[in-house]
Amino acid sequence: MKKGLIPLGIFVVLLIFLAIGLTRDPHEIPSPLIGKPAPDFTAPVLGKPGETFSNKDMLGQVWLLNTWASWCVACRQEHPLLVEFVKTNPLPIVGLDYKDKEADGIKWLERYGNPYTHTIVDADARIGIDFGVYGVPESFLIDKAGIIRYKQIGPFTPEALRDKLVPLIKELQS
Amino acid sequence: MKFLIVLFMALQCAMGAHADEAAPLAEDPVVEQRLITIAEELRCLVCQNESLAGSRADLANDLRREVRTLIRAGKSDAEIREYLVNRYGDFVLYRPPVKPTTWLLWFGPLLLLIGAIWLLVTVIKRNQKQRDIPVLDDAKRAKAQALLQETDSSK
Amino acid sequence: MIPELGHFALILALLVAAVFGTLSLAGGQQGKAEWMALARPGAQVLWLLVGFSFVCLTYSFYSNDFSVLYVVQHSNTQLPDIYRLAAVWGGHEGSLLLWLLMLCSWMMAVSLFSSQLPDAMVSRVLGVLALIAVGFLLFMLFTSSPFERLVEIPVDGRDLNPLLQDPGLVFHPPMLYMGYVGMSIPFAFSIAALLNGRLDAAWARWTRPWATAAWICLTIGIAMGSWWAYYELGWGGWWFWDPVENASFLPWLVGTALMHSLAVTEKRGLFRSWTIMLSLIAFSLSLLGTFLVRSGVLTSVHAFASDPKRGVFILLFLAVVVGSSLVLFAARAGKVRSGGSFSLISRETFLLVNNVLLTTAAAAVLLGTLYPLIIDALNLGKLSVGPPYFNAVFAPIMTPVLLFMVIGIFARWKSDSVADLTKKLRPIAIVSVLLGCTAPLLAGEWSALVAMGLTLAIWIVLASAVQIYRQLKDTVNWKSTPAAYWGMHVAHIGIAVCVVGITMVKGYETEKDVRMTFGDTVEVGGYTFRLTSIEEVPGPNYKADRGHVELIKDGKVLRTLHPEKRAYFSSTMPMTEAAIDTTITRDVYVSLGEKLEGDGPPAWAMRVYYKPFVAWIWFGCLFMALGGAMAALDKRYRKKMAAKLNLKDMKGAAA
Repeated sequence: MKKGLIPLGIFVVLLIFLAIGLTRDPHEIPSPLIGKPAPDFTAPVLGKPGETFSNKDMLGQVWLLNTWASWCVACRQEHPLLVEFVKTNPLPIVGLDYKDKEADGIKWLERYGNPYTHTIVDADARIGIDFGVYGVPESFLIDKAGIIRYKQIGPFTPEALRDKLVPLIKELQS
Repeated sequence: MKFLIVLFMALQCAMGAHADEAAPLAEDPVVEQRLITIAEELRCLVCQNESLAGSRADLANDLRREVRTLIRAGKSDAEIREYLVNRYGDFVLYRPPVKPTTWLLWFGPLLLLIGAIWLLVTVIKRNQKQRDIPVLDDAKRAKAQALLQETDSSK
Repeated sequence: MIPELGHFALILALLVAAVFGTLSLAGGQQGKAEWMALARPGAQVLWLLVGFSFVCLTYSFYSNDFSVLYVVQHSNTQLPDIYRLAAVWGGHEGSLLLWLLMLCSWMMAVSLFSSQLPDAMVSRVLGVLALIAVGFLLFMLFTSSPFERLVEIPVDGRDLNPLLQDPGLVFHPPMLYMGYVGMSIPFAFSIAALLNGRLDAAWARWTRPWATAAWICLTIGIAMGSWWAYYELGWGGWWFWDPVENASFLPWLVGTALMHSLAVTEKRGLFRSWTIMLSLIAFSLSLLGTFLVRSGVLTSVHAFASDPKRGVFILLFLAVVVGSSLVLFAARAGKVRSGGSFSLISRETFLLVNNVLLTTAAAAVLLGTLYPLIIDALNLGKLSVGPPYFNAVFAPIMTPVLLFMVIGIFARWKSDSVADLTKKLRPIAIVSVLLGCTAPLLAGEWSALVAMGLTLAIWIVLASAVQIYRQLKDTVNWKSTPAAYWGMHVAHIGIAVCVVGITMVKGYETEKDVRMTFGDTVEVGGYTFRLTSIEEVPGPNYKADRGHVELIKDGKVLRTLHPEKRAYFSSTMPMTEAAIDTTITRDVYVSLGEKLEGDGPPAWAMRVYYKPFVAWIWFGCLFMALGGAMAALDKRYRKKMAAKLNLKDMKGAAA
C-alpha cells in the first residue's frame, strides 16, 4: 500500500504547483534592475533639436521614467492617470518617447496632455534596451541616488498608483 | 582602340552587376552566422515562444541589431549573453544557466536515470528470487501441449 | 434555431452520460445485468447526441451564422469553404467539442467491437468513459459553450487566423485528438481491472489493440503537426520542444512503453502493475496537456486564449480523474502483483529496460516543460527552458533505447544466454558500425553524431531484415506468422527511417539568406536557384506576391518554385507560403521575405534551404503507424477465445 501511494503523492505536489501557476502571468518578466543603478543615458529632447537630457540631471531627486509612444494603445489608457497624478503629487516624470516619429509624439502630447517635466526621444530603442524595456508603456521609479526601485510593467492602474507608487515615493523622499 | 577596350571592359563590369550571384542579405555574413548561432538560443521576449533568430517582431529586430554591434565590438558569446541577462533576466536564455535554482533541472534527468537503473536492478533481482510457475502434472501437461499446438506460433 | 438545438443536444448528452455511466459502473460492481445492459446502447445514444451537436456547429459555420459568437471569432464570409468547416475546431470551444466527439467515437467503437469481452468488463469500461464525458460536458456547458449567441449580429466575422488556413488544420487536430482521447481506452480498461481485481493475460489481450490504435493516431497526429509547422511557418523548423508539442509527445512516449509492457503482460503475465501504471499515466498526461494548453500557465504559439475560470475547471477535472485513479491504484496495486520470473538476460529484461528509459525520457521532458512554472510558483523568478535543454537531455536517454531495441527482438522469452545473443548479433553489429561510420564520408563531412545516428539506424534495419529473412526461410509455414510479427518489424524499421532523417538533416542542412533581384542566382547544396519574376496574385481572402524561382542543377532547369508572401485582409502580419521541392533524398525550400528598400531594380529578401533526407522523418512516422496498424489488426485479437482463455487464466492466476 505504501509504495502504491508514491504516484499519488507526486501527483498532489504537481497539482499544487499547477494551481499556484494559475495565479501567475507567464508573460510578465520581472526586471533584474531593481535595486541596481539606472543605466546612464543622454537623450535628445523632444521638439528641441540640439538639446539633450541625461539621467544624471535628476540625481538628488526621486523621479519616474515613463516610456510611451503615439502608436501605443495602452498608453492612451494610462496617460490621463499620469496627467491627473502630477496635479496633486510633486513627482517629476520624464517621458521617454519610444521608437516614435518626433512629429507624431509632439502631436500626441498636444492632444492628450503633457504631465512630463522633461520629454526625451529614444528613436532606436537603445535606451529602452538598456532599461530592459520589452513593451510600452513601462515605468521606472528612481531614487535620489539614481537606483531603480520599482518597475511598472504595462499601464498604471489607479490601484497601482495608489497602493504601490505613492507609499514608495513617500518612503524615498523622506 | 585601347580606349574602346577599356570602355568595353568597364561596361561589362557595370552590366555584370545586373544579373549574377545574389549578395547575402546581411552586410557581413561572418557576423551574421555568429548572430544566428547566438540568437537561436535566445528568446524573443514579446513572442509566444519563438527564438530571437526566427522572430520578426520589432523588439527582436532591435535586439538582433544590438547583438550585431556587440559581435563587431569583439565581445565573446558569454559576454553577449551576460549583456542581455543583465537587462532582461534569465528569461531571455533558452538554455537555462546552471545555478542553484536550476540544479534540479539540469541534474534531474541524470538523477531520474540513476533512480530508474536502481529500480531496474531491484526488480530484476527480486524476480530472480521468485518461485516459478507451479509444475504441471502429466495430464495437465498433455492438455497444455495440445492447446499450445493449436495456438499460432508466438515468436 | 440550429445553435440552440446543438446546445440542447449537449445538455441531453450530459444527462445520458451521467445516468448510464453511473448505472453501468454500479451494475458492473454489483453484477446487475439490467444496469450493465445500458452500457452499449448508452454509448451509442451519446455518440448520436454529441455528433448531432457537432453537426449543428458545423452548419453554423457553413451557413455563416454570425449570430453565434464562436463563428464570428473564427470565420468570415470570404473564408474558403473547406477552412470554414475546419474552423469548427480552430478555437477553444469548438476544439473541446471535437475532443468530446472523439471520446464518444472511441466509446462507440468499444461498444461495437467488444463482443468477445464479458459484460461486466464492458460496462465498467464504458461507465468510466461516460463519467469522463460528463466532466467534459460540464466544462463545456459551464465555461466554454461554442453556441453562445450575440444579440447584435455583425455583418462579417473576424476570420480564421491565417496561419490556420491550410490543409493541415483539416487533418492534424482531429488525428491528434483521436490519439489523446484514445489513451482513455486503456485507462478505462485499467480502472475496470482494478475495480474487479482481475488482471490476467486475457485483460492484456483485450487492452492491447486499443492502446496500439490510440498510439497510431498519436503518431500520425504528431508527425502531421511537425510536417505542418515545417512547410507552413516558413523557416524550415520541424520541432521546437514547445510546451504544446511536448504535451502531445509525452503521452506518445508513455504510450510506446505501454504497448510494449502490455506485450509482456499478455505473453508472460508479468509487469502487471507497471502496465496499469503506464496506462493511467498516459491518459493523465493527455489531460495534463489539455490543461497546459488551455489554462494560460505556459506561453506557446499553440496556446488557446486563456481564461482563469477555465484553468480552474480543468485543474479540478484533472484532480478528480487522475487523483481517483491513483487512489484506486494505491488501494488495489497489491492485489495485482505479478509472479513469474525471468532471468537477467531475457526479452523481458530488455523490454523492461527500454520501458524504464522511455518513461525516464518522458519524465525529463515533463520536468523541462514544467520547470519555468515551478520556479515561478516558488517565487524564484522567471526562466525559459528551450530546445538547447531538451536536445541535451533527450538524445542521451533515447540512444540506448535504440540499441536495446534490437537486442530485445533477438532475445528469447524468459531466459537467453549472452553467448547465443552475441553470436547472432555480432555480425549485424560489425556491419552496422562499418556502414554507419563510413556513410557520412559519402555525404561530405564526417561527423561523429551523424555516424552514431546512422549506425543505430542501420543496426535496427539490418536486425529486422535478418529476422524477417530467417522467418521466411526457416519457418515451415511462414504464411501463418501473425500479422503482429510483421507489424513489429515495420514499426521498428519506421523508427530507423525517422532516425536517419533527423540525423542527416541536423548534420548536413544548409541555408542562405540573400537579397535577390530578377535574374539573380544563389547556390545551396549543389543546386542553383534563379529568381525570374515576382507578380501580384489575388486570393479568395488575401493578396499575394508570388515569386517564380527556377530550380537548376547541372545547368538544367528542373522545375519552377512559387514561394508566396500573403497579406490577408483580416490580419496585419504577412504570411509566408514557402515553396518546397521534395525528393527521397532531399528537400529544397525557398522562402520569400520582404521587399527591400533601396534604389535600383526591385530586390527581395529570400531564404533558401537545403535539407537532406528531411522527408524521412515523417515517412518514418508513417511506417511506425503502419506497423502499429498491422499489429492491432492481428486476427488473434478478434477471435473468440473462450477455451484458450481458460488456459491463460490458469497460467496467469497460478503465477
